[in-house]
Amino acid sequence: MWESVLLTLKLATVTTVILLVVGTPIAWWLARSKSWWKEAIGTVVALPLVLPPTVLGFYLLLMLSPKSPLGSAASSLFGHPLPFSFAGLVVGSVLYSLPFAVQPIRNAFEAIGERPLEVAATLRASPLDAFLTIALPLARPGLLTGAVLGFAHTVGEFGVVLMIGGNIPGETKVLSIAIYDYVETLQWREAHVLAAGMLVFSFLVILAMTVIDKRMRRRLG
Amino acid sequence: MTAIEARFRGTLGRFSFDVAFDAPMRGVTALFGPSGCGKTTILRCLAGLHRAEDGRLAIDGMVWQDGRRFVAPHRRAIGYVFQEASLFAHLSVAGNLDYGRRRRRAAIGATDRDEVVGLLGLEALLDRVPGSLSGGERQRVAIGRALLSGPEVLLMDEPLAALDRASKAEILPYLERLNESLAIPTIYVSHDMAEVERLADRMVLMESGRVRAAGPLAELVADPLLPFAKTPDAAVVIAGTIEAYDPHYMLTTVAAPGGKLVVPGHIGETGTERRLRIVASDVALCHAPAPAGTSILNALPTRIVAAEPVGEFRMNVFMRLGHGPDGAHLIGRITRKSWDVLGLAVGDEAVALVKSVALTD
Repeated sequence: MWESVLLTLKLATVTTVILLVVGTPIAWWLARSKSWWKEAIGTVVALPLVLPPTVLGFYLLLMLSPKSPLGSAASSLFGHPLPFSFAGLVVGSVLYSLPFAVQPIRNAFEAIGERPLEVAATLRASPLDAFLTIALPLARPGLLTGAVLGFAHTVGEFGVVLMIGGNIPGETKVLSIAIYDYVETLQWREAHVLAAGMLVFSFLVILAMTVIDKRMRRRLG
Repeated sequence: MTAIEARFRGTLGRFSFDVAFDAPMRGVTALFGPSGCGKTTILRCLAGLHRAEDGRLAIDGMVWQDGRRFVAPHRRAIGYVFQEASLFAHLSVAGNLDYGRRRRRAAIGATDRDEVVGLLGLEALLDRVPGSLSGGERQRVAIGRALLSGPEVLLMDEPLAALDRASKAEILPYLERLNESLAIPTIYVSHDMAEVERLADRMVLMESGRVRAAGPLAELVADPLLPFAKTPDAAVVIAGTIEAYDPHYMLTTVAAPGGKLVVPGHIGETGTERRLRIVASDVALCHAPAPAGTSILNALPTRIVAAEPVGEFRMNVFMRLGHGPDGAHLIGRITRKSWDVLGLAVGDEAVALVKSVALTD
């Protein structure tokens, strides 16, 4: 049981780090670009919001399979095929949780507006300098929300994992799969412990986020 | 002398502008005009925040825009003060002040932080966060932040427009002090004539994206062809040097080009410059020589240079103080009937009877 809890935390942590590294530049570009096709990219990023996780998992399975060009490249990079491995889960989770991280960060960047960056430019800050020293600190509430939502959403995912991860203990058997497994095999006690744990976890996440967000906004207001 | 040479042509939305003016590398040049005439756009072009389709900008010999050459805003040695203070909310006052100071090139702008902090009265605010400051305090910090970035030119976009009357009155003396103690040329956008009269030496008068007139402020406000002289509260601005103070009657004598003016009160130390304002409707005329029996202290010999009707029954009489060509400008507003009765003509000598002289503030 604890194996799947630990695996879930590991998956969510790795995914969140990647989400912040990948999602922040995407969010910045979506918030600031004036090109007409930015909304098309924004829609692609947002797709997992409405797409059934099994659909996403299905396409990922096809794309990552060693028979596809992308999958064979990934296989030789990681030394093993991605489907039914932890690395495969990370790829799936990042794509699946991307909109949950990108949207709040994009909103935060948009809320900052043009002015602080113009001020920074008139104070000799290059665009990169202004991004690092002005935009990122001012977007802290959005970055935090994005990280927490990305993390929590990864902890709770089921469909994508089932499609591309399967049910390998210690490798791909995450919490939600474990609960499903316990119920299937009528191990109610274990299912109860994990389910109640998730309930408490979700409650705490949202509560903590609201409190921290409020405090940050008061400081920045 | 090297100077600021600006020429910008372009469009912004449906608005088009075509503007050219020069300004010296000292003093305050006001970009003046009604809202929507393009003042802010021109200021943004000077800073490089907006790129005019066509233009040339050279400052003190450095070319910042010409043809395809365009220097990015962060590579221009400018200080920009926005209408809203726009302080960085995540930094303290000290952090805001240091942001530009840390990034400036060491060689330029010897302005020292303590000096700026002292000039703007920021000592007590350094550890505060922007959210806890009043509007006037914020704008003072924004001005200090711009100064500390080591600017060769200071660009100010209506820095007082968003403030209430009390905060304005709080900041104006600081702005005056800056002009006196730091020799940084300033372009000051405003649509408030009182501010301009108090701060600016020169003016670029704008009208719907074009320059209507440019030159020394004292000349523009007394130009018969420009709208200033035609307004009901038309006034001239005269810069003079305090010459003497009479403690018994508490009157100060100020030497202006072409004449001496007596101003009530002790308005400053002998030898310092003061800016006086004389409203056209406070000036009457009579034939030379000055009448003997009058309560009016300022009876000044002048020469009439122009006369224009204002409305249906009044005249503006434009004069230069003294009899030489370089006397200070003066406008007298009298009735058309008085003008005809006096029988004066352009070129004649006359005496201006000035009922009241005030400082510009």
